Amino acid sequence: MLVLALLGGVVVSLLRGAWPALSHFRFGFLTREIWNPVTDEFGALAPIYGTLMTSLIAMLVAVPIGFGIAIFLTELCPRWLRRPVGVAIELLAAVPSIIFGIWGLFVLAPILQRYVQPWLIEHVGPLPAIGRLFQGPPFGIGVLSAGLVLAIMVLPFIAAVMRDVFETVPDVLKESGYGLGATTWEVIWQVVVPYSRVGMVGGIMLGLGRALGETMAVTFVIGNAHRVSASLLAPGTTISATIANEFTEAVGDMYTSSLVALGVLLFLITFAVIAAARFMLLRLDRRALSAV
Amino acid sequence: MNRRRLRKLGNAAALCLSATATLVGLACLGAILWTLLARGLSGMSIALFTQMTPPPGAQGGLLNAIYGSVVMTVVGIFIGAPIGILAGTYLAEYGRDSRLSSVIRFVNDVLLSAPSIIVGLFVYEVLVVRMGHFSAIAGAVALAIIAVPVTVRTTEDMLRLVPQGMKDASTALGAYPWRTITNIAYPAARSGIVTGLLLAVARVSGETAPLLFTALNNQFWSKDLNAPMANLPVVIFQFALSPYKNWQQLAWSGALLITLAILTLSVIARLVISALPGGKAGR
Repeated sequence: MLVLALLGGVVVSLLRGAWPALSHFRFGFLTREIWNPVTDEFGALAPIYGTLMTSLIAMLVAVPIGFGIAIFLTELCPRWLRRPVGVAIELLAAVPSIIFGIWGLFVLAPILQRYVQPWLIEHVGPLPAIGRLFQGPPFGIGVLSAGLVLAIMVLPFIAAVMRDVFETVPDVLKESGYGLGATTWEVIWQVVVPYSRVGMVGGIMLGLGRALGETMAVTFVIGNAHRVSASLLAPGTTISATIANEFTEAVGDMYTSSLVALGVLLFLITFAVIAAARFMLLRLDRRALSAV
Repeated sequence: MNRRRLRKLGNAAALCLSATATLVGLACLGAILWTLLARGLSGMSIALFTQMTPPPGAQGGLLNAIYGSVVMTVVGIFIGAPIGILAGTYLAEYGRDSRLSSVIRFVNDVLLSAPSIIVGLFVYEVLVVRMGHFSAIAGAVALAIIAVPVTVRTTEDMLRLVPQGMKDASTALGAYPWRTITNIAYPAARSGIVTGLLLAVARVSGETAPLLFTALNNQFWSKDLNAPMANLPVVIFQFALSPYKNWQQLAWSGALLITLAILTLSVIARLVISALPGGKAGR
């Protein structure tokens, strides 16, 4: 019961804290880019954009790699290696996010700034459509770096869920695939993946929920600039980074309230994503049970 | 013939890619640990554990931060653990298949992966605003809220592993449900529940976001639960972003400490779980 009450309490208290800002700015809060504590004008467009963009990058990088790890662990890996590798990946999930943050700031960002980003600007920048994403000076910190750090963070979650899902595929199905002369890859792609599609999507959404709400790691490397910019190399901000950076310094009711309103937004977004993910995994559980 | 070679080639390529992906994952873990060791070890000294956080440019350690972290984690677990264990007991024993418990289970899963900064905001609204100032107790409450879903989950899983026959035997002897639970189910599931608590400690002690605006930080030695208190994650956050060399060095050392502590805890927890019958239920 307490758990239920807890969730209710979170929603109610956040809404109460956010009410002044939400009722004052109405829907403009969602669509305006301005963020000016001096004149008490706040719009959430930049943080929302940053949150979605970094999560998108994270998913683009982490999903294929997580998929690869899951395949490796379930189908390829020699038995003696399976446990150590699995545990190592799970340990990656246990590393606190602040560690990812300072690692991203002091190790990953300089590497990106010195080697990766100049190359991107020089070679990808001039291309017509994608080029707009890679222009401007190489800061090192920015949306791209934040996305990459997030990718490393959610990687273990995606890999672990996918591995568990792949393990629920009945051996008979796979064996009949091999019996027909299929290669390992064909069995994976045409038997294992279709069978576990729902669970895979559930795992990806779970990772997405993590990426959206992640605070500390992003705060370190995002640069905290309240603007929407086309280039991925420019500093930006995310909802959670804004809250973490500015909350203790916020003066004035409207400022604080706007930050809480950001929190409400984040909560709604992640709640929807996580609920959808859990629902999918739940359905999978039931199907696995009925198959036994 | 050509088609067959194509298929084999595709197979090999895909499998190589998947092995590479695993290597990338492991490399990330390796790189992070290596950086931590390389930069953190040089700052390891007795002073780290015996002195306060220094002003910029001076000598000092992390004593007050370590103390604060330990205190808040302990208090948080003490608040969170009973709630979590009781709720887990309810889910596993009393309300096993009821509608309400499936709703609670769902909500618990959502809370399990809800962003921790939201929890921080919540505690700020409820406690910090009411009390009028930041305090260690608010930080502990925030940590407790994060610890609850983890404990609920593991407690339920572990209690479900207790064989039904044992419980039936106890009931047949005329024991009330609470008697069965305290005398039969808890002892049988004890090591599993303890593991769950260890995992909760590991999860909670690395949390930074909720502490930023509940416990805040404190440069000095403070035992007062009602006042802001220093803690490792927030100190790391502030020191790492500062321009002072000695602060950054301390941040690395703190980061190394906290990571080692958490990884040790999770490895122990995993060893205990894998020694249990029923394998990996508690993950």
